[in-house]
Amino acid sequence: MKTYLTIAAFSVLSAAAASACAQQLVPAHSEIAFTSKQMGVPVDGKFKKFDAQVAFDPKKPEAAKIAFTIDLGSVSLGAAETEAELAKPDWFDSRKFPQATFQSAGAKAAGGAGKYEVAGKLTIKGAAQNVVVPVTLAQSGAATTVTGAFTIKRLDFKVGDGDWKDTSMVANDVQVKFKLALTGVAPI
Amino acid sequence: MPTPPPKHYTHTAIALHWLIALALVGTFCVGLYMTGLPFSPQRLKLYNWHKWAGVTILALSIARLAWRLTHQPPAEVPMPPWQQRAAQWAHRALYVLFFAVPVAGWAYSSAAGFPIVVFGVLPLPSFGPADKALAALIKPVHATLAYALALVVLGHVAAALKHHFVERDGLLTRMWPQRAWTSREPHTP
Repeated sequence: MKTYLTIAAFSVLSAAAASACAQQLVPAHSEIAFTSKQMGVPVDGKFKKFDAQVAFDPKKPEAAKIAFTIDLGSVSLGAAETEAELAKPDWFDSRKFPQATFQSAGAKAAGGAGKYEVAGKLTIKGAAQNVVVPVTLAQSGAATTVTGAFTIKRLDFKVGDGDWKDTSMVANDVQVKFKLALTGVAPI
Repeated sequence: MPTPPPKHYTHTAIALHWLIALALVGTFCVGLYMTGLPFSPQRLKLYNWHKWAGVTILALSIARLAWRLTHQPPAEVPMPPWQQRAAQWAHRALYVLFFAVPVAGWAYSSAAGFPIVVFGVLPLPSFGPADKALAALIKPVHATLAYALALVVLGHVAAALKHHFVERDGLLTRMWPQRAWTSREPHTP
């Protein structure tokens, strides 16, 4: 009887905890990467520093609130020379615009288990664009992994301005891929 | 009975010789120039052109080696044995470097994490995953081999000119396009 009570008490407590504080991002197991094409050559990059505030219940996706901040100065392209260039005004202008942000406007279930679509506003370099991001949730124990990919047009954000506007050199389409490890997400 | 050696190289051999010669000089010069450029679209463009040209030279060299192995070259012009040996070794070195320089460049590109996409459409396989330390090792190998190739080419050109204009032995006619196009000898394809 005592055991039952304890379990019951724990369940109530943990449920309360889950609803009170939102889900937590585990940065060490998360990744935000992108691929751009230079004269047909795919060049991979990633951001080392980002953070998220996530309030997401798989049962009530429409109530989701997801906010991201990505530190543009933390970009890594495998070449220090290129990273120094990316900080300049023609690219991220990361001194003036240190962070890119994403703010969700709503989410809904898409076809298939664990599949959702998150709509929101992506802001890079002071320019905001509406994007719809398809995501897939996979759960194992207490850990939830969210994966997704979407394509943005770099010129919508004036990333690669001036001499670099020519899309035959650097393609306009940039593929963004992410893998986010979350804790505290309710079962799908 | 073996057929007597022809007087000059075949049309195909002559075409490949001059095409590769032109491509080598152009690619070498672009290579020298591009490395000094600041980060710019121009630099990106020249790097890719250099890589495309290198891959083209590699492909042409494969065709050329296959042709050379299956087609009899013309007879040697008279010269001292040491010069003949030097010429032979120079030709071998040229062929080795035709392959070694582009392959080292390709390997460098792979290791640096910038795979080659020929003419912007044909992706070549990478030698392995991007590895900065390995790239730093391969870079001077590519450059040294390219300088070595330039040196052997200079020696090759100097020797050919000496034969033709100092010894006046008609060596250049073996490889001269004009001559090949106007000739009507039955052995030329």
